[in-house]
Amino acid sequence: MTSDHVRQAGPIVIDIENITKDYVMGEEIVHALRGVTLQIRRNEYIAIMGPSGSGKSTLMNMLGCLDTPTSGRYEFNGKNVAEMDDDELAAVRNREIGFVFQTFNLLPRSTSLRNVELPLIYAGIEPERRIERAIQVLTDVGLGDRTHHKPNELSGGQRQRVAIARALVNGPSIILADEPTGNLDSKTGEEIMELFEDLYERGNTIILVTHERDIAAHARRTVHLRDGLVEMDHAGFIPELDLPIPETTST
Amino acid sequence: MKRFLYELTESWKIAAAQMRSNLTRSTLTALGVIIGIIAVTLMGTAVNGISIGFDKSMAVLGDDVLYVTQWPWKPVDDWWNYRDRKKIKTEYAETLSRMIAATPNSNLVIAVPTSNLMRSIKFGGNQVDNVFVLGTTSDFIVTSTIDCTAGRFFNELESRGGASVVIIGYDVADALFPSESPIDKSVLINGQLFKVIGVNTRQGTFLGLFSWDSMVAMPLSAFNKYFSAKSESDVRVKVKDKTKLADAKDELTGLMRRVRGLPPEKKDDFSINEQQAFKSTLDPVKNTIAIAGLFITGLSLFVGAIGIMNITFVSVKERTKEIGTRKALGARRRTILLQFLIESTALCLLGGFIGLAFAYLMCFGIGKAFPSFPIHFSVGLVLISMIVSILTGLFSGFAPAWTASRLDPVAALRYE
Repeated sequence: MTSDHVRQAGPIVIDIENITKDYVMGEEIVHALRGVTLQIRRNEYIAIMGPSGSGKSTLMNMLGCLDTPTSGRYEFNGKNVAEMDDDELAAVRNREIGFVFQTFNLLPRSTSLRNVELPLIYAGIEPERRIERAIQVLTDVGLGDRTHHKPNELSGGQRQRVAIARALVNGPSIILADEPTGNLDSKTGEEIMELFEDLYERGNTIILVTHERDIAAHARRTVHLRDGLVEMDHAGFIPELDLPIPETTST
Repeated sequence: MKRFLYELTESWKIAAAQMRSNLTRSTLTALGVIIGIIAVTLMGTAVNGISIGFDKSMAVLGDDVLYVTQWPWKPVDDWWNYRDRKKIKTEYAETLSRMIAATPNSNLVIAVPTSNLMRSIKFGGNQVDNVFVLGTTSDFIVTSTIDCTAGRFFNELESRGGASVVIIGYDVADALFPSESPIDKSVLINGQLFKVIGVNTRQGTFLGLFSWDSMVAMPLSAFNKYFSAKSESDVRVKVKDKTKLADAKDELTGLMRRVRGLPPEKKDDFSINEQQAFKSTLDPVKNTIAIAGLFITGLSLFVGAIGIMNITFVSVKERTKEIGTRKALGARRRTILLQFLIESTALCLLGGFIGLAFAYLMCFGIGKAFPSFPIHFSVGLVLISMIVSILTGLFSGFAPAWTASRLDPVAALRYE
């Protein structure tokens, strides 16, 4: 715990202050986020938890720059993200954020290499460097021998590794993983979590969005959301202390 | 710029992969464009052919020759003003030629008389009816692009002496002498024997317009001797410089007024025509055919374009989640727009290529089966149909591609 706190003393990557997000659903306005304040530093390993409807997904979309808040301040590496337009957000997503999805979201007809290459294409990297870099990252996640396989020739765990390689390939500031083990059996899930642990040890910043306690348990810090507000934000995940963790059975 | 290039390459690869993985769908969709391009291309070749045919027929008239006639070469509403005009006499040609020679710096070269009527022509058991019989002088070759494949045109001596010799057109020669050379054979016209001394080069007929292929030419003095009755006469005047046609026309008008002895207050009682006048009455016809034809065939291409648009919409819908993923990975709006535009364009280009190949084969076949049918397949046409294919692709892909580029990444990622 102490050593973790020392490591968490990196510069602030994400600085959110009092952000809200309202959706119009037919006649009524849904307040998905009611004023969330959060700071995430470089090389943190943080889990965002909460029951369905807690604003967890909305917060993740904000953090991932897929959406902008209705009000409040959001600075990403000191840059104001809240007022960026679509293309500026796309550039931030491309260079600063590595997404890992529950359903992997690989392009089905492209090889692992081409999938991993994609963010590099959008970043405007020349072909030779793209291939070199993609193979490097695929090797790092243990798929150096699967570069020319298509997703349907890979196991679920391998697919998620390709997705993680794709998230890592542009050297992002954060890795944003949304239920990364949700579609995997527990053994494979555990292997993926080991990979995240490894990435964390190598200095990456990881944000894990999950409703599974044992997955969240891998993180060094846990943020609980309820009704669009941060209910709890604490270091570590210590279930044996019998903390009042909210019921999180479904999303 | 570099990034744009990489995205472009990527989009082409994706488009190719899409077509491969949805082969049946792509083929069926491209079929609409294939048919459209075939229709448009065939129409294009036909319009092209018609245009070339017109020009060829026009060339017979010569672009540096003025025609002195009783009737103008354009439709007239007040026909009664022309009906009673004096006939044009062949003798005018000689007078005009003399006047031209006497004028210093004249814009005109020489005047040549022509008389014509329709007659049957016979050789042995063969007969050709309604042959255009032309009587003229040996100076005729100055005003016309006449050209003999065999033999020669009649010379000045034969011209003056009224020798019974004829030059026959290609089709006449073909009909009368299917298996032998016509040169030095004697043909029967109006009960008179004429010796064939030349055969004109084949020119091709087009839409029944005048062609040398179905005519015979003989010395005017011989013509007058045997068929003076009911013949029509014109005078052709060769112009020195065809860029000064208007000046030449003015000069000739002045000369003709002197020939006719018209006082200044009287209007011209003759018409001076040039190829251009004929063209300007035919061009609207030609253009109407072209516009109507291309419009109707263009409709079939339009239907093809709607097919492409439809399938691109389906493709966008099916791949909503992929679009979301691409956006999450940093694809900008224009990247997505470009990708789907290229997919629709690739499909259209493929259809265009196949359509063009079919159209080429069809043109080749039609050309073989009906050699006289004016069909002309050109490189320009290939380029135009490729450009049309690309434009069709861009046109039909734009709406779906725009929709895709505007998708909200959050909603797209959640789409199942």
